[in-house]
Amino acid sequence: MIATLAFYAFAAVLIGSAVMVVSSRNPVHSVLFLILAFFNAAALMLIAGAEFLAMILVIVYVGAVAVLFLFVVMMLDIDFVRLREGFQRYAPIGGAVGAVLFVELIFVLGAWRFASDAADLRINPTPGGSVSNTQAIGRILYTDYILLFQLAGLVLLVAMIGAIVLTLRARPGTKRQNIDAQVNRTGSVGLVQVPMGAGLREMGILRPPEPDAPKPIAAPADHGGHH
Amino acid sequence: MSDFIATPFGTLVITVAQALALLVPLLLAVAYLTYGERKVLAAMQMRKGPNVVGPFGLGQPFADAIKMLMKETIIPSGASRALFMMAPMITFGLAMIAWAVIPVNDGWAIADINVGILYLFAISSLGVYGVIIAGWASNSKYAFLGALRSAAQMVSYEVSIGFVIVTVLLCVGSLNLTAIVRAQEQVWFFIPLFPMFIIFFISALAETNRAPFDLPEGESELVAGFFVEYSSLSFGLFFLGEYANMILMSALTTILFLGGWYPPLAIVPFTWVPGPVWFILKICLCLFTFVWVRATFPRYRYDQLMRLGWKIFLPFSLFWLVLTAFVLKLAGWLPA
Repeated sequence: MIATLAFYAFAAVLIGSAVMVVSSRNPVHSVLFLILAFFNAAALMLIAGAEFLAMILVIVYVGAVAVLFLFVVMMLDIDFVRLREGFQRYAPIGGAVGAVLFVELIFVLGAWRFASDAADLRINPTPGGSVSNTQAIGRILYTDYILLFQLAGLVLLVAMIGAIVLTLRARPGTKRQNIDAQVNRTGSVGLVQVPMGAGLREMGILRPPEPDAPKPIAAPADHGGHH
Repeated sequence: MSDFIATPFGTLVITVAQALALLVPLLLAVAYLTYGERKVLAAMQMRKGPNVVGPFGLGQPFADAIKMLMKETIIPSGASRALFMMAPMITFGLAMIAWAVIPVNDGWAIADINVGILYLFAISSLGVYGVIIAGWASNSKYAFLGALRSAAQMVSYEVSIGFVIVTVLLCVGSLNLTAIVRAQEQVWFFIPLFPMFIIFFISALAETNRAPFDLPEGESELVAGFFVEYSSLSFGLFFLGEYANMILMSALTTILFLGGWYPPLAIVPFTWVPGPVWFILKICLCLFTFVWVRATFPRYRYDQLMRLGWKIFLPFSLFWLVLTAFVLKLAGWLPA
């Protein structure tokens, strides 16, 4: 009973926040509602027993993808007056397209019926009850579908390399730090033995000493304290 | 009594009692962590630190808390009010709910869930939202710059934290936090996985926005960064959240690498000390190192921070992950 109540609560918030994603005027609010929608989807997965997927959904989509979304959207310079300018002109076309899609959706749902063996095919998050959800996913992903899994990884790798190649450019004239050269530099920096209690400026060790420069003269012993 | 616990209402009451038993000491620990940090910093800089309120200045955290409560809450006129007030609550709330799965002793976790480590990783990756929302909702340039820095920084260092966690999981064979600690009964993981331990600790510094990675605050360039517009209790929540996150990350380090509640050696004088005491002592060691690092290192430059995360930690942790997998497989040590 509690699980059913929780399901309806999370599902209601999920649909509500999904509506707010497309209807809220401020894009940053849209992204924040999208994050709320992700959260509720994760909660629904938890109720279904798919704990691993729920956590991965939060880590990947909320923790990384949505952060980058927000990062970009926050930096957009949006003029809300201009955004609303063409609303009346485009409203009839948009409404017509929406109506067509809605009618299609009604037709599809009207002819919908469950297959006779749907209940048996329903996804079981913990098959047999002896393994955890994580192990069940691992077994399916890394034995039955290993090729498809690796291919998906390869496609992502190609996309990543493509993005890097498209954005990486060596601009002439930019100064870059060569850490290796810095760390391995010798000769120009050295340690100098300083007599204790002597002022630094008089001995001229603020600059690196020249190779044949005379040794700093030790201050008299009674010359201590401040200047 | 056991009948009562079995009812839904009984479960609720017991869970609330457990949560209070964990959170009240935690909040006290947060209060005294601020005191401890100031004392340790003072000792490292040859000062005295807080020493006026109460004996040895022990009343200082409460004096600070009362001062914070008495101040006026200021909301900038250009701010997005709802989000502005939500941001500190998010930071503080996330730092608290993560503790639900931390096992202080064998079987002492409030919720001993199967995917405990993923839960912790998810919660810690959400911490960035408090910072980003605060920076954006303040409608201030400094706060916004701090938020942008924080977003890039946390996403970068999460990647290497993820690889470190996967390496530990390879050695354990479970995502459950209690199982992770139990796997360290013979040898704590910081010995075989020492480089990963170092990477994890440095990434934890970056993840909690602590020095030398405190660029989101960067008081010398961004005034106070993302919380520059906050005052009174809303500032206090950010402050508490940061320190609670430090304790959380130290607890995570203890669980992953320092053997949780196990004594260093399973011989008589050590085994007399109960497990939670060892757990707390290890957390204190980590926290001391957090403060020690703050007193020692200057703040990183931003490009150096990104270079360290992406060009050094990411390849190295990836390499070490593959190496660990090879060694475990070839030596036949893979957990079933």
